[in-house]
Amino acid sequence: MLDRINKAQKLIDAACEALGRQINIMEVCGTHTVSIFRNGIRSILPGSLKLLSGPGCPVCVTDQGYIDTILELADRRDCIIATYGDMIRVPGKGWSLETKRAKADVRIVLSSEDALQLARDNPGKTVVFIAVGFETTAPATAVVAEEAAAESIGNFCILSGHKLVVPAMRALLAGKNNKIDAFLCPGHVSVIIGYGAFGEIVEDFGRPCVVAGFEAVQIIEGLAEIFRQLSSGRAELKSMYPAVVTEKGNAAAQRVIDECFEPADGYWRGLGQIEKSTLKLKDEYARFDAFKRFDITEAPAEEERGCRCGQVLCGLIEPPECALFGQTCTPQDPVGPCMVSSEGACAAWFKYGREPRRKP
Amino acid sequence: MEADRAVVDAMGNRWKAKTTLLPEAKLGDLVLVHAGFAISLVDEEEARKTWQLLAEISEFEQTPNKVSG
Repeated sequence: MLDRINKAQKLIDAACEALGRQINIMEVCGTHTVSIFRNGIRSILPGSLKLLSGPGCPVCVTDQGYIDTILELADRRDCIIATYGDMIRVPGKGWSLETKRAKADVRIVLSSEDALQLARDNPGKTVVFIAVGFETTAPATAVVAEEAAAESIGNFCILSGHKLVVPAMRALLAGKNNKIDAFLCPGHVSVIIGYGAFGEIVEDFGRPCVVAGFEAVQIIEGLAEIFRQLSSGRAELKSMYPAVVTEKGNAAAQRVIDECFEPADGYWRGLGQIEKSTLKLKDEYARFDAFKRFDITEAPAEEERGCRCGQVLCGLIEPPECALFGQTCTPQDPVGPCMVSSEGACAAWFKYGREPRRKP
Repeated sequence: MEADRAVVDAMGNRWKAKTTLLPEAKLGDLVLVHAGFAISLVDEEEARKTWQLLAEISEFEQTPNKVSG
């Protein structure tokens, strides 16, 4: 394995030197962010290569307005909030699901199926499933929406915060301040949508898009492939994760998403409103739509005072540049979602520290 | 396996996963599971390479080669 790492590292070093400028590569996947830090990958890369953690952590990209909505729903005596664990510590208006737990009924689930089971087991209450995540988790939500419809489970509904990765990448590149040279594309999102889905980024914006797995060697080889392209002035689409990623993705998962959801304009933390970037339940599933059931209008809300998660998510700043980082905002007492989620950039920086970098 | 669910085994830990998104899964297949759902078959040859890497890393970590001081 070491020879593979050495080979990739040499290629990156040589290409970085030949390019003679700072190169910014964005990973758009929280699991990549964590793996990069945990494996100390930054410490063996040249100083002129900057790895930016993009909008790839599902909890982090969720707009504050959505968080505030969940917290309002938690106050209802007739509801059970069913959520993936990452969400419960995200703060809003001085509260989080965790601190509301003393009075509110909040349950952590490991899958959408568990949330639907809660509804079957608690017919006297309405279970609101907090459905966040990208294309990887959206099909799991769609499956239970279909099951709930088939079984006519009336006390189950979904607060869809599902998001689509490619529109967010397009929005980032359309921003004038973006410094992104290439993308390390998410592995598991690609399992669902297929690596071919990133072709439009390559074609429309001329940025290399390389899908990589999550082991250290796979990430370094993914970076080496990006440098191979950058140094010869090419921008191509490539998957380096053939064990599970195909060009077209998982057809069954795509079909079930299409059956239940339709793309809609929606809000992202840091990125604002992006056209057709979120998944809303179709009219046929309106009775399971928590926004409709509780007559909630989606509106963006301000971030917590001083929190710069939005800029972190766009790759405009690194977490230590935020004045709250490590001071008033820590994993024990987080201010913004990037410090809450185990996949968040701030949490990774805090846990693994500022690694010594090699000289540029 | 039964209907749309299966028991999956990850290095000795076993739990139930839904196979709705991977209808082609058969008993004995290697699968990738995300949030309780099998979402992809895993190429055995590629998976074997990854496991070999993990074993190498674990072996490396267990050798007394750490710099102390």
